[in-house]
Amino acid sequence: MPDTGIGASVRRTEDFRFLTGQGRYTDDINRPGQVHAHFVRSPHAHAKIKSVDTAAAGKAPGVLAVFTGADMAADNVGSLPCGWVVTDRHGDPHKAPAHFPLARDKVRYVGDHVAVVIAQTYVQAKEAGEQVTVDYEELPAIASSAKAMDSGAPQVHDEASGNLCYDWVLGDEAEADAAFAKAHHVTRIDLVNNRLIPNAMEPRAAIGEYDGGTGSYTLYSTSQNPHLLKLILCAFVLGLSENKLRVIAPDVGGGFGSKIFCYAEETVCTWAAKKVGAPVKWTAERSESFTSDAHGRDHITHAELAMDKDGKFLGMKVQTTANLGAYLSSFATSVPTYLYATLLAGQYTTPVIFANVKAVFTNTAPVDAYRGAGRPEATYVVERLVEVAAREMKLDPAEIRRRNFIQPDQFPYQTPVALQYDIGNYGQSMDKALEMIDYQGFPERRKASEAKGKLRGIGFSAYIEACGIAPSAVVGSLGAGVGLWESAQVRFNATGSVSIFTGSHSHGQGHETTFAQLVSETLGIPMENVEIVHGDTGSIPMGMGTYGSRSLAVGGSAIAKACDKIIEKSRKIAAHLMEASVEDVEFDKGTFRVAGTDKEKSIAEIAFTAYVPHNYPADLEPGLDETAFYDPLNFTYPAGVHICEVEIEPSTGETKIVDWVAVDDFGKIINPMVVEGQVHGGIAQGVGQALLENCVYDLESGQLLTGSYMDYCMPRADNLPSFRVGMTQTACTHNPLGVKGCGEAGAIAAPAATINAITDALGILSMDMPATSEKVWRLANQHAQAAE
Amino acid sequence: MPTVSMTVNGRAVTGDVEGRTLLVQFLRENLHLTGTHVGCDTSQCGACVVHVDGESVKSCTMLALQADGAEVTTIEGLAKNGDLHPVQAAFREHHGLQCGFCTPGMVMSAVDLLKKNPNPDEGEIREWLEGNICRCTGYHNIVKAIQSAAADMKG
Repeated sequence: MPDTGIGASVRRTEDFRFLTGQGRYTDDINRPGQVHAHFVRSPHAHAKIKSVDTAAAGKAPGVLAVFTGADMAADNVGSLPCGWVVTDRHGDPHKAPAHFPLARDKVRYVGDHVAVVIAQTYVQAKEAGEQVTVDYEELPAIASSAKAMDSGAPQVHDEASGNLCYDWVLGDEAEADAAFAKAHHVTRIDLVNNRLIPNAMEPRAAIGEYDGGTGSYTLYSTSQNPHLLKLILCAFVLGLSENKLRVIAPDVGGGFGSKIFCYAEETVCTWAAKKVGAPVKWTAERSESFTSDAHGRDHITHAELAMDKDGKFLGMKVQTTANLGAYLSSFATSVPTYLYATLLAGQYTTPVIFANVKAVFTNTAPVDAYRGAGRPEATYVVERLVEVAAREMKLDPAEIRRRNFIQPDQFPYQTPVALQYDIGNYGQSMDKALEMIDYQGFPERRKASEAKGKLRGIGFSAYIEACGIAPSAVVGSLGAGVGLWESAQVRFNATGSVSIFTGSHSHGQGHETTFAQLVSETLGIPMENVEIVHGDTGSIPMGMGTYGSRSLAVGGSAIAKACDKIIEKSRKIAAHLMEASVEDVEFDKGTFRVAGTDKEKSIAEIAFTAYVPHNYPADLEPGLDETAFYDPLNFTYPAGVHICEVEIEPSTGETKIVDWVAVDDFGKIINPMVVEGQVHGGIAQGVGQALLENCVYDLESGQLLTGSYMDYCMPRADNLPSFRVGMTQTACTHNPLGVKGCGEAGAIAAPAATINAITDALGILSMDMPATSEKVWRLANQHAQAAE
Repeated sequence: MPTVSMTVNGRAVTGDVEGRTLLVQFLRENLHLTGTHVGCDTSQCGACVVHVDGESVKSCTMLALQADGAEVTTIEGLAKNGDLHPVQAAFREHHGLQCGFCTPGMVMSAVDLLKKNPNPDEGEIREWLEGNICRCTGYHNIVKAIQSAAADMKG
């Protein structure tokens, strides 16, 4: 295996700066003359703003300005748009109420932005914020998505009657009914996919800056996709020409989806920088992250699975109510539709599927993509349903899955819910996972636990996801407002080093290492001579950013394509220098050779010649600098099997994960160490959802009850086990690297595996997440009583 | 405004602070040592852990004035002459960091653990890290890195 090439666990290039305190996150940046913003937020879930008195705050020490929604309206600042139009079952577009960066007439959730105070120091801004007097007329609030559509429920937006954003369907209901009519058995479940708060460890931050000399703006932002942020701010919100805004997303401390979106705060900082004539900085306090980062999940679902007498799946019906919060975040509408219902086939041959999703507004923070985005919700539905079906049919949970797996010879496989899977081998992952966990030995382990007075359970999750988002024409036909290609520029420097400019953004994924490995191997130059530049619209041609496990499958493919262009141009230069025909010049490991001779030139020599073209082909431009755009042909379909084993102490309800096996098929792998790290982190977030995390709003008042780390239970080191990660591999058939993406798999697989294990231990069919000790204790007691 | 003096990473420093200025604010804003991070406002996340007189401390939980006269070490002061501390080196070797935001606090906390308990088992490491939240790694590789650093430091 090569030391630094594809397949090597190269230690990460970016680590040195992070380990020595030299990372450069947005809050670490201070601009000359910068001033500080503090946002005055709504304490009410729903209220009319009768008046805002900023006079006293405006006179407070150090204060430069206090702005409200009226000031932004006077400057014609637009609404923060939602970039994906979902067409409802009647053919109408979703309801899209305005979402102004600073509220204009009403506030609609606790934490909604009412005013911004800008002062010399953050403390001055915050203290002056206390003096902004807002006269609110409180209105009844609706925080429960289950009751949002009830008649008489408080209305979040006048234009969305019954709080309905859309009522959307996928699949043929009549066909599904016909399949159910033939069923030997129907399994039915009701479940809640609990609402989560993403909690990247770096709070969001922004610095807006205006250069009066050129009339241009710079925004430093904790963004996963600076180019898209630039596009949205310019074209939809601030009305700027795109050449007048540069967005820089420097080191970003985790995103998990929550930093994809265009938020009010960065919009206000950019706009206000010109108003006050100084760079305006804002960094979220963690409590602001809790109230105003976009949240995740929050589905209520009823699902049914029809089977024949052998446990073969005949059809599935799913009804989901999805909570979108008070306003539509940038991609909110796509998450419970095209990223959710399209995955309901899972790894199975279920021939007919019908899904109906009703998305509702509530007086809660906006909900949007969070690690997995729709696919964890789909997997949770499918894998809970299959598990309960196995128990009801008295079939082994591995066996019922195996009977229904799409077989290797069935690919490409067209599911009944729009997607066409290109490749996979689900049985192989199952076999490997069963072997790794020693499934045969489980009954013995269960006995041993029982002897200690403990309950042991095992749970499966055979997940699939659609990643590498996505073919532009396909998503365009489904309502996306953007194309989802990626770009890359590969620039050879004259002395043989290479700078790669990528539209993908790394906020923990290790692109500076993985992409450099790819380039090093492709061009045959040492990895240390490859620099990866990302996160700056001022230096990168164009980009769509990082989410949906797309960086390698789409961004990496763009890099590969640009490298190919470099090699092709270099071949012409090499042929000229070696006085050979282009067809006779071969390229291998960084060297061009004339076939059948000992003539050779290194790619570094070619690069030098390209920039010092004294002896050069007459018909060729100087320079060695190529740009490529890659638009994927299909989604990629990572899939795998996770098995969780738990031990429960019935007297306390404490649930210990005693073993975790993950077998994933991510296609070809460039850096196994990085990939395993992604799997670990994803599992931890999924286990966090299953055992600990829960975002709770008071249903009467709409107050956020879990607004700090004292109330919202983050997974700590002592809540988690070590994980055992295995791999299988079927190479993606439609991208040049054969890769699929690995960032979200763990978070997608883990919740169902965990709950399936706990319910197995407790001898029950279902329970809702999070499986806190209290809940488990109550169920374990019921279980004990029932057994007596 | 009161004046505070301390030694930070071996260098004598002095600054004017408000009574309410936290140690982490003094480090980040006055000294521009931005390796120490702020990840929460309730003293839970541990991104701000530094050493004060050799003990790991959440620098968001201490006033700058309370550190008057103290010896403070931050993540910037851990590597000596460009050589990573064994804990830093082990985090790199075992991929114990992803986004890097919690890393300075994790590393400073782990260094203190190994000083107090040079041979911790997995359970002791996990329990010690209770005050440091990482959202990226699932802790798996952090635990491995600390175990490996413990072995390296004995050898």
